Amino acid sequence: MPANPFNGQTNYGIGIGLRVPHYRHILEKKPLVGWFEIISENFMVDGGRPLEILDSILEQYRVVQHGVSAYFGNADPLNREHLKKLKRLVKRTNTPWLSDHLCWGSVDGRYSHDLLPMPYTMAVAKHTAEKIRQASDFLEVPICVENVSSYAEFHQSEMTEWEFLTEVVERADCGILLDVNNIYVSSLNHSFNPRDYLRNVPHHRVGQIHIAGHTKYERYVLDTHDHPVCDPVWSLYAEAIQLCGPTATLLEWDDLIPTFDEVHAEALKAEKHLHSHETALA
Amino acid sequence: MRPPWLENPALKTPRRVDSVASLKQLQEVMSVALYRPLTDEEGMMDTWTDDRPMSQMAETFIKPNDRLTSFDRLEIYNRVYWFRILNGLTEDYPGLRALLGDRRFDALSQAYLTAYPSGSWTLRNLGSRLVNFIQAEPRLTRPKTAQAVDVARMEWAQTLAFDEAARPSVKGDDLLGVPPAELHLDLQPYLVLLDLHCAADEFVHEAKKLGNGLRSEASNVTDHAPERHARKPIAKLRKEDVWVAVHRSDNMIFFKRIEREAFLLLTALRDGCSLLEALDKALAGASPEVDWAARLREWFDNWARLGWLCERRV
Repeated sequence: MPANPFNGQTNYGIGIGLRVPHYRHILEKKPLVGWFEIISENFMVDGGRPLEILDSILEQYRVVQHGVSAYFGNADPLNREHLKKLKRLVKRTNTPWLSDHLCWGSVDGRYSHDLLPMPYTMAVAKHTAEKIRQASDFLEVPICVENVSSYAEFHQSEMTEWEFLTEVVERADCGILLDVNNIYVSSLNHSFNPRDYLRNVPHHRVGQIHIAGHTKYERYVLDTHDHPVCDPVWSLYAEAIQLCGPTATLLEWDDLIPTFDEVHAEALKAEKHLHSHETALA
Repeated sequence: MRPPWLENPALKTPRRVDSVASLKQLQEVMSVALYRPLTDEEGMMDTWTDDRPMSQMAETFIKPNDRLTSFDRLEIYNRVYWFRILNGLTEDYPGLRALLGDRRFDALSQAYLTAYPSGSWTLRNLGSRLVNFIQAEPRLTRPKTAQAVDVARMEWAQTLAFDEAARPSVKGDDLLGVPPAELHLDLQPYLVLLDLHCAADEFVHEAKKLGNGLRSEASNVTDHAPERHARKPIAKLRKEDVWVAVHRSDNMIFFKRIEREAFLLLTALRDGCSLLEALDKALAGASPEVDWAARLREWFDNWARLGWLCERRV
């Protein structure tokens, strides 16, 4: 199950996000890390330090691209200039798959730089799936779409988020980057059972999993990526591994970033769940 | 100062989202709600574009839950949007912030980003129209408008110098034997030439030393309100005509002061002039006391060593 068409038939284990405060440590100490996930947009430039760092990382590590601005859910067409730059980066990194979010983020060329929630309707699912297909055809690499954390729902929605996600990925014939932290955050914000979500997505399409920390406020929860992973998310992750198999897993830590070793140690906590699945199969 | 699209009273929420057109309509409504500026208390505005209560408008498309009203839920996105873009501008313009002070910098940032929301998928380009905006709205920076323009130009130049392309450079030997009237050179895309009327290079250098020097990376986390720390004052911005080349070497950004004639020469080359035409432009009216032949040799040696010169693409 972990190696599938949606992650380029790879069998990656646990990875962590490549972040600026860790560059020096990684390049000097060369820690043993399964793979790094890069935010594509940080390297979709024409020159300078970002690309030099990336090339140094590529000499020693496997890299997977994760994007934040493809906005497959925009009503507007795909941004061709963005896709061209993304493709250039794909060629540089040889990423076996790439991911971006199931969301929208801009209208008429005005960008929110946010991952905005979708109205869950059939017409929107068809439109979004068509755009994912177009992007995949152009980029010539498998695409996994990630479920986002959300803080609002639309009156206009006609189905659950997991039904919408399923509709989109089946129509686009693409993979899922299953973010179990986002499922948990949204379940608290919208009062649904996160296990209903987890159990009702097409597990064979899950090419990658994200785990992360979040912040609880009095009346809602924000996806802040500035804490260790909490126990309920580990518990959801364990179930995700049981359902999907030992899937490539990535810890996101984007704010109040601790030392590399701390982030790495947090990510490696996922190992026991990956191994428990292997033990269960044996 | 709000653009018409941000105050369009004809915006209507679609009752159903059953087509791309109705999806677009919903996204237009929500984006206007997000892009409208926050109140002084960092909350969402109370009224919509048609003067309806904002709470009533929010209810047309956002579901409430047992803890938050439709207004509350939409406000989360409104705040996150503004915190993210204000943080982006604050990180890229520490010199401008030091020059104007927090309060005026915040007012300028909000006015600028209201008039010109990000037009790019990358936050890197957030400041691309800031210099023009400062010039067009001098009341926001008076009496420091001229200095604000120069400081903003310096800081935008750093953004370009950081990650613009580097092309194969021309060596000094490559230039030998080519008649100056036929020699057309170009400059590296990462090299930015500035003619300034104050010592904005020194000022920005000082401001950078006080900051963390790191622009935030793109990510998908939610942002906090921009932080405000007491800062050491920076020495006054001196009035002075200076010519600066902002460039990178070994992936570090440098500000290099150059002579006026060197600035004119490089600018003319970038504009497509032949070397002969560029020399004519640069040295018209130059002092006859100077040994320009020796000076030019020194400049070209230096520029070739720094890799600034490259072949002109036809």
